[in-house]
Amino acid sequence: MNKKRVGVLALQGAVEKHMEMLKRAGADISLIRKSEHLEGIDACVIPGGESTTIGKLLVRNNLFKPLKQRIEEGLPVFGTCAGMILLAKDIQQYDQPRFQALDVEVQRNAYGRQVESFEADLSVAVCGEPVVRAVFIRAPLITRIGKTVTVLASFEGSPVLVRQNNILAGSFHPELTDDPRIHQYFISMIP
Amino acid sequence: MSEQLWSQRQTSTWRNKIGLAEMLKGGVIMDVTNAEQAKIAEEAGAVAVMALERVPADIRVEGGVARMADPDKIKEIQDTVSIPVMAKCRIGHFAEAQILEALKVDFIDESEVLTPADDLYHVDKHNFKVPFVCGCRDLGEALRRIGEGAAMIRTKGEAGSGNVIEAVRHMRTVMDTIRRLKNLPKEELMTEAKNLGAPYDLVVEVALTGKLPVPNFSAGGVATPADASLMMQLGAETVFVGSGIFKSNDPKPRAKAIVDAVTHFDDPKILAEISRGLGEPMPGIDVRQLDEKQLMSLRGW
Repeated sequence: MNKKRVGVLALQGAVEKHMEMLKRAGADISLIRKSEHLEGIDACVIPGGESTTIGKLLVRNNLFKPLKQRIEEGLPVFGTCAGMILLAKDIQQYDQPRFQALDVEVQRNAYGRQVESFEADLSVAVCGEPVVRAVFIRAPLITRIGKTVTVLASFEGSPVLVRQNNILAGSFHPELTDDPRIHQYFISMIP
Repeated sequence: MSEQLWSQRQTSTWRNKIGLAEMLKGGVIMDVTNAEQAKIAEEAGAVAVMALERVPADIRVEGGVARMADPDKIKEIQDTVSIPVMAKCRIGHFAEAQILEALKVDFIDESEVLTPADDLYHVDKHNFKVPFVCGCRDLGEALRRIGEGAAMIRTKGEAGSGNVIEAVRHMRTVMDTIRRLKNLPKEELMTEAKNLGAPYDLVVEVALTGKLPVPNFSAGGVATPADASLMMQLGAETVFVGSGIFKSNDPKPRAKAIVDAVTHFDDPKILAEISRGLGEPMPGIDVRQLDEKQLMSLRGW
């Protein structure tokens, strides 16, 4: 079987950790910094980082429109933390550039500042046993979720890992642990 | 919001501290002294701001004891921007650090830019929930700070100089030593640890992995997009810009250009484009004209 090629959006953020994890999960990887880098990719990861920074850089680098179009055409995309914010339809309080591809509303930094960042164990059915150790860093919270969005994991009653067709999004950072199962699940979403 | 008490969660583990540093990679962290500057930094695309009373260039000129910023100033900046807000404490001043943690700053910089409070010891940074960044001039200093609990390292450069030479020297020194350690047989590492003045376990880890165990950023002297690109090409993973933005004659376009330069640090065509029409950079100083008492980078033990 040919390896799938996953492009990691590399404008800013935890790019390196996603690359390491995608390699472990059996994908070829490339970096996306310009629109021509979208050619030939089978999927895309939008990493954690600062959503406002990544959003501005998407627009300034003329990447916003072509990537939005690819996502709308069905490109599998995985957004973590800031990546989830960038995929969300609505963001509480902030009107910042976003793809509006995932029918959720998010609240940025909902758990508080860095001293309130935390880890938790999550049951994730698509990953099986054992539980997934999840690292939440100045994490966003999903405050509304559309009917066509499937919840894959929850924490304290709120969805933290969701899927809507070709879009996977999480409010935590699977790339910061040694557990590649969520990345493997994402790669299994690539047709 | 959350029903569970904050203290019931396993908060601020080592992984979580380093995690925030990972999120700041490939970005620019800007020194700001008020809400208006913080807004300009955020608009330009900074990944975080460093709240302080005076930028290093002014500290250099005005002299006197440089201390932690006024909590009102930090609050004002926290209320203005949604990106992480960092603040500096004096070397060894753990009470300032405790106050900054109580103010919920996102990162504390135990910084040589402020006047040191202790001429022998740094803060025990493991003891805090908030992550710390510390400066270094060489690998030994970096590993001592990591041993004390720093979750991010920045090479010091010479703050407020507008001159990149010290930043280059410090980054090259750290990276050269890492490259050398990688090729040493294990029996030589204890003597290396002794010579570097670094914890043995961390020396072994660096020799095995070929990199620092925490993100490695660059500070002190970056004034232009080209400077930012230079530091990234030498191995920096993010760039701190202190006086370089708000001491230039047109901060807004310069701030934006330095952000773009970090993203495209290895693309000279884009760098050529973004380096145009930025006006005058901050006036620099030749660090050879500074005597030892004026060098901030020598502070730290």
